[in-house]
Amino acid sequence: MALLTLLAVVTVAIIMQRSLFGVVVLFSIYSFLMASVMMVLDAVDVAMTEASVGAGVSTVIFLATLHLIKTTEMRQVNVKLAPMLLSVVTGGALIWGSMILPPFGRASNPIHQHVAPHYLENSIKETTVPNVVTSVLADYRGFDTLGETTVIFTAGIGVLLLLRGARRRGRNGEDRDAS
Amino acid sequence: MFAGAAAAILVALALAIVRAIKGPTVFDRVLAGNTVGSLSIMLLAVFGFLTDRPEFLDVGLTYGFLNLIGTLAVLKFFRYGDLAYDADSEPRS
Repeated sequence: MALLTLLAVVTVAIIMQRSLFGVVVLFSIYSFLMASVMMVLDAVDVAMTEASVGAGVSTVIFLATLHLIKTTEMRQVNVKLAPMLLSVVTGGALIWGSMILPPFGRASNPIHQHVAPHYLENSIKETTVPNVVTSVLADYRGFDTLGETTVIFTAGIGVLLLLRGARRRGRNGEDRDAS
Repeated sequence: MFAGAAAAILVALALAIVRAIKGPTVFDRVLAGNTVGSLSIMLLAVFGFLTDRPEFLDVGLTYGFLNLIGTLAVLKFFRYGDLAYDADSEPRS
């Protein structure tokens, strides 16, 4: 609970922060707090990913971006009342809607009664994969995973093409022979 | 005892975050970020012992490496203004 409070404080600070570098540091702090929350929630693998991607890699990427773009300080945005009211109302409605959800993590919840028992009992017989998580990801939800990998593959191709274009133009023309 | 340690770490975490938010200079922020990383490693270890699963220590070690990378990148950025700085290719003049 204390961790979540700190998380909220850091989030508000990120929004209020005017210096972009401070935002980068706060993002790193946010990732570490989020990883700790994941750890407390017993999701060690997600926590590991959050720490490595959020705190490690994206800090470096953000800094590199800060180096590439010019950083100008925007003037203070004046708070508009109507959108703020709208988002507060929407958030309140969502919280109110979450009141009637079944309690978190109980084994008799509907989400654990639909297909999960079938997977747990029949995954070896139907897919001959010893790991249930792998069988769900790669077999029962095979098309979903195929779509995900297609998206990531396309994004990778796009980034590679962009980088190649930047390299070919070069800054002083001396990068031309590198390709 | 572990619960007390966890509470103390949470308090320290809050103090470090206050410094990161207020921090007048860049180095306050860098140090606060690094401190938060270290504190979350400690929190991880204490939490592992609190729930009788000391294997969380391995995850904490990984956090340590990542924290080092992030802080190194930030400091290098401020020393040279460039992440890809190479000490050998420094212009002579």
